[in-house]
Amino acid sequence: MKQLYEPIIGLEVHVELNTKSKMFCKCSADYFGKEPNTHTCPVCLGLPGALPYINETAIESCMKIGLALGCTVSEISRFERKNYFYPDLAKGYQISQYRWPLCKGGRLQITGNSGQDITIRINRVHQEEDTGKLTHVGNETLIDFNRCGVPLVEIVTEPDFHGSEKVRDFAKKLQQLFRYLGVSNADMERGDMRLEANVSVRKIDMSLREDEDDEAISNMDGIATPFGLAMTKNVRNDKPLPNYRIELKNINSFRFMVAAIEYEIKRQSEALEKGEKLTAETRGWDQVKKETYLQRSKEEANDYRYFPEPDLPELRIKNKELRIKEEMPELPWNKEERFVSEYGLTKDNARILAESNDLAEYYESVVKLGKQKEMEPKQIANYLINQKPDINKVSPEEIIKNIQSKSAGIIGDEAELKKIAFDVIKENSESAEAFKAGKLGALNVLLGAIMKKTAGKADIEKAKEILENLLSK
Amino acid sequence: MKLSIEQVKKVAKLANLSLTADEENLYAEQLSQILDYVDQLNQVDTLGVEPTFNVTGLSNVMRKDEDGKSLPKNGPYKTKGVFEE
Repeated sequence: MKQLYEPIIGLEVHVELNTKSKMFCKCSADYFGKEPNTHTCPVCLGLPGALPYINETAIESCMKIGLALGCTVSEISRFERKNYFYPDLAKGYQISQYRWPLCKGGRLQITGNSGQDITIRINRVHQEEDTGKLTHVGNETLIDFNRCGVPLVEIVTEPDFHGSEKVRDFAKKLQQLFRYLGVSNADMERGDMRLEANVSVRKIDMSLREDEDDEAISNMDGIATPFGLAMTKNVRNDKPLPNYRIELKNINSFRFMVAAIEYEIKRQSEALEKGEKLTAETRGWDQVKKETYLQRSKEEANDYRYFPEPDLPELRIKNKELRIKEEMPELPWNKEERFVSEYGLTKDNARILAESNDLAEYYESVVKLGKQKEMEPKQIANYLINQKPDINKVSPEEIIKNIQSKSAGIIGDEAELKKIAFDVIKENSESAEAFKAGKLGALNVLLGAIMKKTAGKADIEKAKEILENLLSK
Repeated sequence: MKLSIEQVKKVAKLANLSLTADEENLYAEQLSQILDYVDQLNQVDTLGVEPTFNVTGLSNVMRKDEDGKSLPKNGPYKTKGVFEE
């Protein structure tokens, strides 16, 4: 019998907050595309004697993320220094959190392949600062500290993922959340949001699944490895984790992360099958070769010597929790559920309309207007989803009008009317020419032809306008 | 507690210091003395005493999120406004 391996994956997500100023100084945090080192000061350059000063909005954004993920806000939270020497941080340490994170112990649900809920536990949500940007040119390294000190929130999950697609679903859900909360633009390409995955695989204990038939296995969420299907079903949280883990770092797209994880699952399963021993290392993704490559092995790994930041007083801000909860918008997953229960939408339609806060709000404003005209929320949902109107250009009133004329069988669609008008002009070239020559009454002949062609269902005002436009060219 | 030369080398590496063999021996000696002193301190019964992480006794010192002036452009720039390592 083939040996089965199950992947075990934990995620670390970094998100840059969209505050006006940096985490610990008043330099502008809007660094993207700005002239290098123009957003720097003694604090973010780590000059001797400079003291950090906490940005309150950043802390509140971090709390919002934590609360949205069901975390507990800590009674006491402290910053610590994470010490390392690398030119991306001039101080020689990053101000981060370690033993006293701002938020702890949450969860986020994602949907499994057969529609069931999968719970991903959140270990912590903490506040830290971003580092400078290094550009390597030949043998030289150029340093831009504009990004150094920009507020960064880190979200750490428990190792609850057992396939790459679920990692992607989770990350996308987080991205949607950041945008709903308005705490970050969460753009992967610009580096607002960064993913790191810890991946390992372990043998599946075959004795645990005697009672499962093959069909049950094929219905499970899993991922095909060269040695069969690695499944989630047998994952027991109390089962020991593998004694190594591979950290996938510096991957800036959902797609590449999925590819890198899949590659790792295959590579690790094959290595273990050959009897090789795997040890902890950090790997990156080579998109050209479509494989992961070694960046750092554990022997070179850093020893960060965390200790409490003596320059920053502790935070006791649990009392802010209620006010912040009130400020938070309805969360995307709650909105989806409400769209189903309140408006009778299908789960899929609710998900599409709740995709962004803007679209969801637009939908509800149309529903409100439609209510006066006894228009069904479902009907409005279908129209928005199928016709995809530009919500920045078309007003909710126009949407109502369009739906009404559509249901009355009236043809109001510009493109459709234009096509009919073209045909009519071709077929009645004499009248068309007469109109062009100044005989305005000839238009009625053409209009009549359009009404005849559409059995009287064309929107006459629109048809007139289209004819006039076509003939004036 | 005697610190080994290997441990001194590791600490030096983490602190980004390059030491000569003589210095390694010297610091092994001196750092060990410091650790012995800490051992003495460890004999004090501190059960139930909260660690002092911060001497100011303050909490929740925060500022409003307003951006202010950065440094004028007179830093040690060398190449197109970018610091060099």
